[in-house]
Amino acid sequence: MNIALLIIFAFLLLSFYSGIRAQRGKDMNMEQWTVGGRGFGSIFIFLLVAGEIYTTFTFLGGSGWAYSKGAPAYYVLSYISLAYVISYWLLPPIWRYAKENKLVSQSDFFVSKFKSPVLGILVAAVGVIAIIPYLVLQFKGLGIIVSEASYGSISPAAAVWIGVIAVTIYVMISGIHGSAWTAAIKDIMIFFVVVFLGLYLPFHYYGGIQPMFEAVQAANPGFLTFPEEGLSISWYISTVLITVFGFYMWPHTFGSVFSAKNENVFRKNTVMLPLYTLMLLFVFFVGFTAILQVPGLKGADGDLSLLRLSLMTFDPWIVGIIGAAGLLTALVPGSMLLMTGATLLAKNVYKVMAPQANEAQIARIAKWLVPVISLISLYFTLSGGDTLVTLLLMGYSLVTQLFPALLFSLKKELWVNKYGAFAGILSGVSVVTYVTISKITIATMLPNWPPVIKDLNIGVVALIVNVVVMFSVTVVTRSIPILNPHGAKTEGTPTL
Amino acid sequence: MKARDWLGVVPFLGMLGGIPFVNQVEPYVLGMPFVLFWIVLWVALTSLIMFVLNKLDPATKKEESS
Repeated sequence: MNIALLIIFAFLLLSFYSGIRAQRGKDMNMEQWTVGGRGFGSIFIFLLVAGEIYTTFTFLGGSGWAYSKGAPAYYVLSYISLAYVISYWLLPPIWRYAKENKLVSQSDFFVSKFKSPVLGILVAAVGVIAIIPYLVLQFKGLGIIVSEASYGSISPAAAVWIGVIAVTIYVMISGIHGSAWTAAIKDIMIFFVVVFLGLYLPFHYYGGIQPMFEAVQAANPGFLTFPEEGLSISWYISTVLITVFGFYMWPHTFGSVFSAKNENVFRKNTVMLPLYTLMLLFVFFVGFTAILQVPGLKGADGDLSLLRLSLMTFDPWIVGIIGAAGLLTALVPGSMLLMTGATLLAKNVYKVMAPQANEAQIARIAKWLVPVISLISLYFTLSGGDTLVTLLLMGYSLVTQLFPALLFSLKKELWVNKYGAFAGILSGVSVVTYVTISKITIATMLPNWPPVIKDLNIGVVALIVNVVVMFSVTVVTRSIPILNPHGAKTEGTPTL
Repeated sequence: MKARDWLGVVPFLGMLGGIPFVNQVEPYVLGMPFVLFWIVLWVALTSLIMFVLNKLDPATKKEESS
């Protein structure tokens, strides 16, 4: 075992230790755990929201895409900033309603708004399915970090197993929020590591940022701008919009909204949060520097670029610190995703089907669902060869399908009914699933159309289908009680 | 929708709508290719716009004490 791996494992043990420490002396119920008693102010929510999105993806996926795709990687900067803009109007009404009705999960929100536990099951299911590619992404990242830092002595598959076991153990000992200490260390470490790498590497190899970009441009003209076809401007705009709509639809992100002290917390945070995304700029610098220094990483291997370049440049102990920061960016969000998925299944699916189950039984089921979800994700991690960005986009196109129903439920007078919401979400998700499995794009469906149309993110089609079905079904089912006045009596029963 | 709410549309116009007109490498600004600089600029402007909006919006004055 080399010094790099020793440092990484030391951080792993430290986070286990702090997870166990965090558990001691606290006897909170599920409500307090999940929403922290709705007492969090601007700074805490800032850290929660800002920290949540900085996952392994930021670290390895962002640099990986800059390395292998170039300019299209910039989309990440845009969508995160614009999602914060939307939050100014989106989050206050969600928070207000959740507070009035004492809600703790995203699924609860839909159940309460539409008065339909069955819709809640669907929303929970979509959330859990979307979480899986996001988890796969974290596991893949962990595998990359451990196997690269071992200088080849641990195979990627073995490294993924180690990572999955580590995250699962971490969740099972530290519970829903894990340890605040680990999360704080993670955010501080990733910030300094990323800024250091983003400045040191281009200056070390090229003498500056601009000379580095000029070298990339000379070797590969067109790489630093959006291409005419493929990942073109049309792709960029449609993808940014889809991900902006999906941003707050992730069950763990939606849930963190409930923990704010008042609604102005969100408005205030829209000022600082966009600036925080500029951290990604340094991640891009690393990816672009790697292009000419560690050439030849094809396809999903582009995600290795940051670590390969670090291995080539630094002593093993620095690689260890970089790897440890990477480990935490996978561990903290990974555990949160895993716990959210397990809790959603236990509370919003199992509990609805078995209403007699008590709190303790639900908690036990949630705990045992953790390794189950881990193993499912492990299976996909070992069988798929997708890049981290592809996985993230897949998850996003799924959660985005919850957005239309949510949006049209924000006003007191609902624009859509539960049937419409259910049918819309289901059809949108079906389109995404079908497209993902059959690998269809708009370009394969309409090969002769101009690139402006062909390059649109296929999620746009799913979203349009979703909205059309949602309104059609709402209109059709609205007339049912009029035609059949007795039909109204079934309202409120959990049949849909 | 209040007039000030339209401020929220501006970052979208700049960051998405502006891209077809600035999709070029030259000139480099702060060491970055122009299109990247443009996006970074709009991230900063988004922050500024949200600051102005916070100042204009009476809703942010409420609950200040709580």
